[in-house]
Amino acid sequence: MNVYGIVQIVIYLVVLTLLTKPVGIYIARVYAGERTGPEAVFGPIERSLYRICRVDPATEMNWRQYGAATLMFSLVCGVSVYLIQRLQYFLPLNPAGLSGPSPDSSFNTAVSFMTNTNWQGYSGETTMSYFTQMTALTVQNFVSAAVGMALAIVFIRGIARFETDRLGNFWADVVRGTLYILLPISLAAAIFFVSQGVIQNFREYDLAQTLDGGIQTIAQGPAASQIAIKQLGTNGGGFFGVNSAHPFENPTPLTDFVQMLLILLIPAGFTYTLGRMVRSQRHGWAVYGAMMVLLIAGIALSYWAESQGNPLFPGSVDQAVAGGNMEGKEVRFGVANSALWATLTTAASNGSVNSMHDSFTPLGGLVPLLNIQLGEVIFGGVGAGMYGMLVMIILTVFIAGLMVGRTPEYLGNKIEAYDIKMAMLYILIFPLSVLGLTAVSVLMPDAGLSSLNNPGAHGLSEVLFAFTSATGNNGSAFAGLNANTAWYNTSLGIAILVGRFYMIIPVLAIAGSLAGKREVPASLGTFPVNTAMFAVLLVSVILIVGALTFFPVLSLSPILEHLQMINGQVM
Amino acid sequence: MKRAISIWDKTIIRQALAGSVKKLDPRTMIKNPVMFIVELGAAFLTVRWLTAVATGAETEPLFGLQITVWLWFTVLFANFAEAMAEGRGKAQADTLRRSKTETTANLIEANGETREIAATDLRKGDVVRVNAGEFIPGDGEVIEGVASVDESAITGESAPVIRESGGDRSAVTGGTRVLSDWIVVRISSDPGETFIDRMIALVEGAARQKTPNEIALHILLVGLTIIFLFAVVTLQPFAIYSGAPQTIFVLISLLVCLIPTTIGGLLSAIGIAGMDRLIQHNVLAMSGRAVEAAGDVNTLLLDKTGTITLGNRQASEFIPLPGVSDAELADAAQLSSLADETPEGRSIVVFAKEKYGLRGRELHEMADMASFISFSAQTRMSGVDLNGRKIRKGSVDAIERYIAEQGGHTPDGLRDVVEKIGRSGGTPLVVADGKTALGVIYLKDVVKGGMRERFQQLRRMGIKTVMITGDNPLTAASIANEAGVDDFLAEATPEEKMALIKREQAEGKLVAMTGDGTNDAPALAQADVGVAMNTGTQAAKEAGNMVDLDSDPTKLIEVVEIGKQLLMTRGALTTFSIANDVAKYFAIIPAMFAASFPVLNTLNIMALSTPRSAILSAVIFNALVIIGLIPLALKGVSYRPMSASSLLKRNLLIYGFGGLITPFVGIKLIDIVISAIGLA
Repeated sequence: MNVYGIVQIVIYLVVLTLLTKPVGIYIARVYAGERTGPEAVFGPIERSLYRICRVDPATEMNWRQYGAATLMFSLVCGVSVYLIQRLQYFLPLNPAGLSGPSPDSSFNTAVSFMTNTNWQGYSGETTMSYFTQMTALTVQNFVSAAVGMALAIVFIRGIARFETDRLGNFWADVVRGTLYILLPISLAAAIFFVSQGVIQNFREYDLAQTLDGGIQTIAQGPAASQIAIKQLGTNGGGFFGVNSAHPFENPTPLTDFVQMLLILLIPAGFTYTLGRMVRSQRHGWAVYGAMMVLLIAGIALSYWAESQGNPLFPGSVDQAVAGGNMEGKEVRFGVANSALWATLTTAASNGSVNSMHDSFTPLGGLVPLLNIQLGEVIFGGVGAGMYGMLVMIILTVFIAGLMVGRTPEYLGNKIEAYDIKMAMLYILIFPLSVLGLTAVSVLMPDAGLSSLNNPGAHGLSEVLFAFTSATGNNGSAFAGLNANTAWYNTSLGIAILVGRFYMIIPVLAIAGSLAGKREVPASLGTFPVNTAMFAVLLVSVILIVGALTFFPVLSLSPILEHLQMINGQVM
Repeated sequence: MKRAISIWDKTIIRQALAGSVKKLDPRTMIKNPVMFIVELGAAFLTVRWLTAVATGAETEPLFGLQITVWLWFTVLFANFAEAMAEGRGKAQADTLRRSKTETTANLIEANGETREIAATDLRKGDVVRVNAGEFIPGDGEVIEGVASVDESAITGESAPVIRESGGDRSAVTGGTRVLSDWIVVRISSDPGETFIDRMIALVEGAARQKTPNEIALHILLVGLTIIFLFAVVTLQPFAIYSGAPQTIFVLISLLVCLIPTTIGGLLSAIGIAGMDRLIQHNVLAMSGRAVEAAGDVNTLLLDKTGTITLGNRQASEFIPLPGVSDAELADAAQLSSLADETPEGRSIVVFAKEKYGLRGRELHEMADMASFISFSAQTRMSGVDLNGRKIRKGSVDAIERYIAEQGGHTPDGLRDVVEKIGRSGGTPLVVADGKTALGVIYLKDVVKGGMRERFQQLRRMGIKTVMITGDNPLTAASIANEAGVDDFLAEATPEEKMALIKREQAEGKLVAMTGDGTNDAPALAQADVGVAMNTGTQAAKEAGNMVDLDSDPTKLIEVVEIGKQLLMTRGALTTFSIANDVAKYFAIIPAMFAASFPVLNTLNIMALSTPRSAILSAVIFNALVIIGLIPLALKGVSYRPMSASSLLKRNLLIYGFGGLITPFVGIKLIDIVISAIGLA
């Protein structure tokens, strides 16, 4: 760890914090249907969309209708992405003449993009045509993010509203989120990226003569437009296989900084939106504080672990010159920015990478794994992080709320058996999917274990990471695991579906239940949710629920590997 | 009467020991899923151990046996906690049941004839006659006659009370005894459904239904249990992959240590003990739900008289008119009040004595030289004719009239004084000597000592207090101000009281109130917590969801505190239970894998001696902590009124942080002991 690394990290956190309030206010205004800047340009598009689809944006839905609309919309998205991939050979904008991916790979990619996961079992430049990238994948990057935000907004409305079953109009929320939040910011970011050297073209792949006489194919394509939204929408799916480590995707330290900022921009802003919508700005900051504490802890551990380098290197290799463990890292980013990115991309359910997580030290790799296992609530995905956090808040309020001698209340909502039932359903699904599928995989020598690059503790980390990432809808890969097989494409696809849809149903049910409640007025006897103590409590509950569930398996994977490493048993 | 029972009561402990074995019946256990899992685990390991030992396959029979035995103890300890709580409830119930002796009833038939039948054959609507010395055969309403009744069986109060037809003292309770005279009672409940029957059922736990918060907590605990079940079940494949498969004894040990057995084992005991604590305060709740609601109350409606004030107005000041000395007025006031037997009159005598050292003169000492005019509701004055003086004291109107009759006139200054007293919420009485007005006695409602502080505490707890009074708004405001209540309802009628409750409830608030009269019944039913006074009417008792046997309206505040304590105890032990898991992981995980991966011993931060002893210590700690916490579960966590954030800070430190640290210490100590005696 050095002062330059720390200064860069501090600058990042300060800028993020400064942007939280303006972004939060903007998001709240968009979903309240208030006038925002881009109205002048996108207003007519919005209105004609409603007209064409025969949607009345003022007609609000109850939670069941909202859920049905969400599922229906996602289904149509998933099917369209699947079909575009399968038919891409016959579709335009395919200069490389790529044929359609296999059915299991197409299924995997379809569910992965429609759920905002962007797990990629394929490598973009050798699999997807420009048409597929733009009309299937990039479109999903927008709308899946808009669906996530809409669900978070519905949850917050559920908290803020009383004695109603109306939670908003799904179509209006998705359209407004896309047109007024995602599109304008992505547009600006894409232009900025192009200025920094990110490519945006429809050219055929370049062929270059290398120094040793070989021929290198240099992939091209409309990258900038997809990269902006992949970060902003916490999608993470790279245009190229190596994602943001690729010089065409992330050419300079400045693009690196802006991309990292885009990852947490909306999730951080949502904490302010929460405070504004529930009329308790201090609660919003308390939630922000809890997320920030966990984020900083992750960054610190990851940066520290990577700075230590590998103790098993011979003394003649001076890792200190490079700043620590540089295996799998880009020289233009270095240890600090790689560790920071790895923490951010897994804290948010982004999943884009600028370095190889598989090459991290065991503890450096534990951070991304644990970030996702804590439930993707450290800011988390756009929208998804907020609703995940709200479920954790409800659990916290319930467990600790009893200790003040009242039926637990959250911002005027009594937390009752139904809410706890739904919250527990939400919490249960994650470990069930991750642990269950990982356990099944390591018991299958052919389908499961043959994909592993490494044996032992590291191999277990690789499988665990894949299912963690898929169920958490993160999409980042530890790599080192060949996941483009029938078993992994299918099982990971199922994990992704479970991680999205089995979770949003309880979320919507809680929102519906909270909205229907009668407001309990706050008094001195009410459990406080706007204090530092509440933030500490929330952090403890997140750590205990997450850590207690995964500690046994983690102790056999990264923790064991770390101990083996420092004891000189494995490299 | 306090009905406190020692935690160490031998009879209860003996019965609870038997009860904890009886409760092993799986049909009973399944109601508590967390402990049911433990029982299943214990049963499975028992079979496993027996077959393994029989076939000689078990390599470590002593370890397996110890784990199995301690798992059984875990279940038994949890059962013991519940049986203890029930036993204490039963002991209360037995006291009550003693009053339910075999009685016969004199049933009055439709044709007017009386027939003797067994009390158990009485039905609702039957009319019986109860003579002096007989037990009242069932709950009912006096429809004829007046009698003094000994209700000590129910209330513990030995002084007999009057029960009469009509009015607010018409309710009688089965099992109480008529001491004098006779009454005719219309029975208001079928056998088995009387007041005492319901109480017995409630304290015995038979009629106990899970309260809303308890259900929610149960869901949380079951959810956590499923998560940990899954974490343990999937651990075996990971262990096999890593080349370190585990025995079933170790896996089940891990499972039992991780699932929330502490709170799972004590949850029902906490609930029963909460009801029991109410009974110790001589309050009977008709449901656990009511007790829980008491903790949530936002608004307390308190009757002024008897709750906030002492009930009677008392002399607090003598205000002489110009030209009259204080002592002169005090002397006249005392003399004129000697024949006033009302509490107000007596308070004047006492006040004059205390303030001016005037010895209370006795009527009989002066009987020969003075003639007394005693107070009557018609004249509204009292007085004395002594040595030619005609001293009178009474209401303003009465004395003005008297002065006019005597040929005098009321001085101008008097009106001002009288009005001033009226404005400040007091009652003025005027003292006159013949046709001369001497001055004014200031009577005021005296607020009970310590009420101001209690209301302040309530405010800190976020509870609003509203004083209900029949007084005019002026008087009410002054008393409300003096007592420190947050609000008041003056000139209250039952309708207005009802409207106030509905208004508060419409704002989402929970309202608690006390009442005794039949006209209180609708409001008692409407309130979330309605405490009926035992001296009240049957209608009031039916409408409320609690009955205070002592008929002390101030007790509402204690009821709220008991409700809060109940919820806090649950929250505190849940937090404690979950925080405990951290240490158990650090005990068991390294122990499981240290044989295959010695490096994992780094995680053995407690430096437990061997893997076997580490696992055994964790299991033993897990069982013993249930026993250790039984007194806390039964007594409830200590509660002092304070704001939610201070409470949270305090409980979090004790039960959250304490829950994190305690098992580290406990497991280490157990490890030292069992290693020393060679058990592992």
